[in-house]
Amino acid sequence: MESLTLSDVEQKYYSELFLSCDVDNTKKVASNGKVLDLFRAAQLSNEVVHQITELCGATRLGHFGRSQFYIALKLIALAQSGLPLRVESLNSVRDLPLPRFVMGKNEQETRHAVMFADTENQGPYFPRPPGRVQAKKVSAHEMIQPCVPTVDPQPDTTSPVVSPHQSPPTSPHAWRKHKRQASGGNVDRQPSVPGVVWPPFREAQPGPVTGDGMWSAHSPPPVQESWVSFTDTPPSSTLPMHPPSAQPESTTVRTVPSAMTTNEIQRQISGYDDPWKITDEQRQYYINQFKTIQADLTGLIPGSAAKEFFTKSKLPILELSHIWELSDFDKDGALTLDEFCAAFHLVVARKNGYDLPEKLPESLMPKLIDLDDSAGVPEPATEVDFSASPVEVTPNKSPSMPSLNQNWSELNQSNEQWETFSERSSSSQTLTQFDSNIAPADPDTAIVHPVPIRMTPSKIHMQEMELKRTGSDHTHPTSPLMANPPELSDETKLAATIKFPGTTVGDGYSSSDSFTSDQEPISSAVNRQRSHSGTSPEGLKVVAPPPPPPRPHASHSRSSSLDMNRNFAAVPAGPQQPGVVAFPPAVPPRPLPTQTSVPHGHRSVEGDGLPAHTSTSPHQMPEQPNFADFSQFQAFAVDQPADDGENTSDSGQAERCAETTGTMKTAKNDIQSEERNATTVNSAKVSTPLAPPPKPVRRRLKSEDELRPDVEDLPQKSNVIATVLATQPSIPRSIGKDKKAIQASIRRNKETNTVLARLNSELQQQLKDLLEERISLEVQLEQLRPFSHL
Amino acid sequence: MAVCIAVIAKENCPLYIRSVPTQGELKFHYTVHTSLDVVEEKISGVGKALADQRELYLGLLYPTEDYKVYGYVTNSKVKFVIVVDSSNTSLRDNEIRSMFRKLHNSFTDVMCNPFYNPGDPIQSKAFDSIVSTMMVQAC
Repeated sequence: MESLTLSDVEQKYYSELFLSCDVDNTKKVASNGKVLDLFRAAQLSNEVVHQITELCGATRLGHFGRSQFYIALKLIALAQSGLPLRVESLNSVRDLPLPRFVMGKNEQETRHAVMFADTENQGPYFPRPPGRVQAKKVSAHEMIQPCVPTVDPQPDTTSPVVSPHQSPPTSPHAWRKHKRQASGGNVDRQPSVPGVVWPPFREAQPGPVTGDGMWSAHSPPPVQESWVSFTDTPPSSTLPMHPPSAQPESTTVRTVPSAMTTNEIQRQISGYDDPWKITDEQRQYYINQFKTIQADLTGLIPGSAAKEFFTKSKLPILELSHIWELSDFDKDGALTLDEFCAAFHLVVARKNGYDLPEKLPESLMPKLIDLDDSAGVPEPATEVDFSASPVEVTPNKSPSMPSLNQNWSELNQSNEQWETFSERSSSSQTLTQFDSNIAPADPDTAIVHPVPIRMTPSKIHMQEMELKRTGSDHTHPTSPLMANPPELSDETKLAATIKFPGTTVGDGYSSSDSFTSDQEPISSAVNRQRSHSGTSPEGLKVVAPPPPPPRPHASHSRSSSLDMNRNFAAVPAGPQQPGVVAFPPAVPPRPLPTQTSVPHGHRSVEGDGLPAHTSTSPHQMPEQPNFADFSQFQAFAVDQPADDGENTSDSGQAERCAETTGTMKTAKNDIQSEERNATTVNSAKVSTPLAPPPKPVRRRLKSEDELRPDVEDLPQKSNVIATVLATQPSIPRSIGKDKKAIQASIRRNKETNTVLARLNSELQQQLKDLLEERISLEVQLEQLRPFSHL
Repeated sequence: MAVCIAVIAKENCPLYIRSVPTQGELKFHYTVHTSLDVVEEKISGVGKALADQRELYLGLLYPTEDYKVYGYVTNSKVKFVIVVDSSNTSLRDNEIRSMFRKLHNSFTDVMCNPFYNPGDPIQSKAFDSIVSTMMVQAC
């Protein structure tokens, strides 16, 4: 026979029963007749009774020895709670109610019932217990109430166990209650063992209040069953008594009958809802424990620390391993706060005797629950319950919609993540659009945008890639990952934004581009830069690289330097000359804005026309090493028609020239706006630097409109101007024009590159598929080959 | 599907072995044991090169008239052996590879469990379920 562990209450009860059955007073054997009568009084079917007798070994022995009797009684309790009759469950099910026997069938039995109660004046109550037992809830209430006063005078301070003895009407129920308390004691012992880790359990143990807690401890599945059985059988109708009776005996039952029932009903309801629900106190407790291991609530507990912590619970390693498997949702070897709470909850459940589920229950799935909710005011009952046993389905706080809570919290979490991301993205308005481009698009399409304009600083490209990656990582549920992408994106965005002004300051080209684009139909690419959110990094890319190689410089220097030199020569030489005189005054305003590199559309546009002016400014003279070259080119240009010179240059330059001419026109316009009288002259002057020496003279006389036909000359000059600008660190705008053309060509090339790359990848994919097919065919062939050899 | 799946540790001691119970399990145990020789042979063959150059999937170790044995070894010298029925010709190489991949993944999950001591028999239920999905659905 399996060794039977009985609680004190059980021990007493069983011994009493044994004595009652021990009619022959042998102290060892209970007579079969008595025992069978008793068993039948337990209101079990005959088959069950037979099964019980078989299980306890009485049939083998032929009589009921003490141990068999006890086993039989426990089995009866099992059967009455609706649990399957198994020898193993004798010891495993700790919170078993005491077996109930319907008294009153026999006078003898009633007398035995008398024996059960220690007090003598229980007789009058006996007729009532049966009645009470079978009475409805209400009547039971009434019945009990009169009994209570009799109970009260009896000192119950001796021990909670004793007092119920004195209330015979409730004796079966009281037994049950004390069984609860006893089982509370059982559970007590285990949690207290791990020590400091589990103080709440220990502290809560003393006091009959725990009985209440223990009662609620049964809310998980086994209790559900017992609840069911209770409601089914009449004795269960007295169930509502238990919670109140479990309360300090002084508190009378009658004062709170309604509360009990509601409590009970709530418990029943919540019990059916979700046995794995974590109450808020429990969650708070778990969170506190989490903090002892890992201060950061959004951080992770490493596996080793968690292992140490949970090993303290003295559960077998195998079960802990299983709990870990269930709770480590993302399989990362570390526990987040939610995972930790789930694991803790499972450990507690296991310690209370409930089997671990095969799959993680929904309510334990890791999700973000507002910590604010968990910090809500707990009711005293729940607090007691929690302290007694964390595994409780509490009625008060249990949101009746756990799933809804989950969804909401998940949604909240994801919303949170999205919000943080969007917040950061909105920090730089240009980049938000970029992100929106990223999110739905695959990397290929995302690359398309940056590609055309990308010049390369690989750093910026990397930032772009990170931005895209963070967009994709966005949906990842784990917090650490979530923490990083927003930071990453934030950094990249910040860097990008910082870069942008930096580059604009440092490199007037970018500003010129961005703003000339407004005015330039031709520089549509640059327009794209601004309109496209994604272009800001592209713009940065464009901006970041240093001015293009001196190739354009040569061409630019050719025409512009010639004129500029001329002008320089002319200016000092003949300040009295009206044109020249007019020239210098026009100069200062332009260089200033350009030099300060504050992008204004018109100013930057003027940049093209300004090189001459800037070059005229004395302090810039030394900064133009090209002037020496310019003079050569100038001479060269003078010899040849400007057009030819232009033709020799790249076609890109021609484009640039076209652009610059347009800018030149606008520059001329601007010049006009500035100084009416002087503008014409200035524009003439502007054109003069571009035109070969003989032409400037002519140009001066010509009107602006007449100058326009000389577009061909202007591009050349503008190229030179651009180169000159490039040489001037503060006024690289003309180079920008130059660069635009180059970049346009680069863009086109890169577009073709991407197209080809895509094609390549597709073909490679096809190749892979074909190879796989080939492999499979070969395998099949091999399989078939043995047959061919036969 | 597989008839027998085994996981052998670096020291060539079995961590997990599960076979379809219809046939004598001893036979499969023996087969797996002998296949270890072939595995060693394949590993040592590339011994001069570094481990990362060696592919994890070893392929068909040796066929018998009844069944075929496939091998897979991880970078930590943990070996997976799958025995499949020869009559099951529809099994492609890729499927075997995917089976090994799944095994490897769930094995990694087991390893990640801090309560698992390397060298212990694998008692993880998740691992069991993965293996069951791969085993022949024998009645």
